[in-house]
Amino acid sequence: MSETKDNRLARWAITAPPTLFLLAFFLVPALIVVLASFQYPGEFGGLAPLFDHGDGREHGLTLENYRFFASDFLFTEIFLRSFAVATASTLICLVMAYPVAWLIARSPKRHRDLLVLLVILPFASNFLIRVYAWMIILGPQAALARMFNGVLGAFGLEPVSLLFSPFAVLVGMVYVHLPFMILPLYTNLEKHDPVLLDAAQDLGANAWQRFWRVTWSLSLPGVFSGSALVFIPVLGMFAIPDILGGTRDMLIGNLIKDQFLGVRDWPFGATLSIVLTLCVLALAGFAAWAGKARRGGA
Amino acid sequence: MRKLPLWLQLAAAATFAFLYLPLVVVVAYSFNDSRLNAEWVGFTLDWYRVLFADEEMLLAARNSLFIALVSSLCATLLGTLAGLAIHRYRPRWLPLLVITPVAMPEILLGVSLLVFFIQVLHLTLGLLSVVLAHITFSIGFVAIIVRARLAGMDESIFEAARDLGASPWATFRLVTFPLILPAVVAGFLMSFTLSIDDFVITFFTAGVGVSTLPLQIYSMIKIAVTPEVNAVSTLLMLLTLVLVIVASRLDKSFMKGGA
Repeated sequence: MSETKDNRLARWAITAPPTLFLLAFFLVPALIVVLASFQYPGEFGGLAPLFDHGDGREHGLTLENYRFFASDFLFTEIFLRSFAVATASTLICLVMAYPVAWLIARSPKRHRDLLVLLVILPFASNFLIRVYAWMIILGPQAALARMFNGVLGAFGLEPVSLLFSPFAVLVGMVYVHLPFMILPLYTNLEKHDPVLLDAAQDLGANAWQRFWRVTWSLSLPGVFSGSALVFIPVLGMFAIPDILGGTRDMLIGNLIKDQFLGVRDWPFGATLSIVLTLCVLALAGFAAWAGKARRGGA
Repeated sequence: MRKLPLWLQLAAAATFAFLYLPLVVVVAYSFNDSRLNAEWVGFTLDWYRVLFADEEMLLAARNSLFIALVSSLCATLLGTLAGLAIHRYRPRWLPLLVITPVAMPEILLGVSLLVFFIQVLHLTLGLLSVVLAHITFSIGFVAIIVRARLAGMDESIFEAARDLGASPWATFRLVTFPLILPAVVAGFLMSFTLSIDDFVITFFTAGVGVSTLPLQIYSMIKIAVTPEVNAVSTLLMLLTLVLVIVASRLDKSFMKGGA
């Protein structure tokens, strides 16, 4: 009797602290954002009260923020642009990451840990530093821009700015998220049995068929998880467009940031956050479904 | 072992160059005797001298270290408990509660904590709000590392301890804890690194009162870029390099211990 009581106490002492902390600082704030998306903005920023204080100020709940979101195509356009940037970044990461992941998976076992560490190391240095590095490389003073504009000039074209452009945003997105694609691909490719490729070859498959029908096909779970790990953070990113992009390269993240810290319309910012959350949940659900469907079919 | 075709090997090498070139550029220009990050003029340590005379930067560094230390200690405690709880009692919703803050775009957590701190807790944004925010996103990483370590262990050791008459507390103190210690330390280093590096969530929860190294770097990048940024970046890279190598060593010992 006393032992079961002890066990219950132990269970409670272990489970309760992290659960309570995450309920208080993750779940409750998330629910408050949901609520805030249905509220009116406060007079001096923040939120208007939920209940009437008899001073004639706006109060209570409203669908106005969602209506405002739907009323102006500008917002939909920013969402679409973010999806386009996320898709492009994911595809470029995939093309760049696949050979690296493959090379590590085919390396002798004793070299693999070191090669993985080489992938992780640049990614362990500060995020802002990695973005800032591209400010230097793409900057107008740097060799790259001068060379590029030299070539343009030779053809009689106007010089362009590489920095503060959609191109710079894409480079930054790919650079920051590349390891997220390499590592899941490597984890998958490492498990492939080389005997399968021998078998395919014996059965007359050429190099391309061996890749497409065996390696690529088996690596799809890795492709899906890597893609989710790149696509989702890119979708919500505000710092890279903020630092490397021009004024016209605004993405969802920048729009949300402006609502909270710039124009201080918190309810509309909350609405945008909810729409972004729904997009992310739909994508995560799709990735999980696609991964499962593959495994079921194979 | 089949070898990859040469062109794929070259493509992989190019990607590695793409990963390292930018960092080399930052480090190189931190020693360049010019205000512009353009031509190589000559070697100098001036930017490090400027850096160590910059009061704001030093204060930001002190804040960063304080926040990282306090938040990673708390996150290690809570994350280890979460890992133990998930492994031992298999609660249905705790894994979801632990993973979701890690899997969502960071801006969503930053924004929701901003609203929560101001609107609900009526807290003045500052050190406390940043520490609480950092604990929230670090717990998941510690829990994942600790749980992986527990999952790789042989359950019969705990049964043996029980059979020999050890109380649950004695089993934990003498058997479980020493075995998961490398994972706990790796989790601590991981959350320390995450905290020192975090920009997005700190940006929303720090308010105007408190600055950290990433916030300071951000405002320098946005306002006036000088090679002082390169100098502080180089030192920060050195710090994370050491932390990552130590953590990976621990991870390796942990892999050997598990086998």
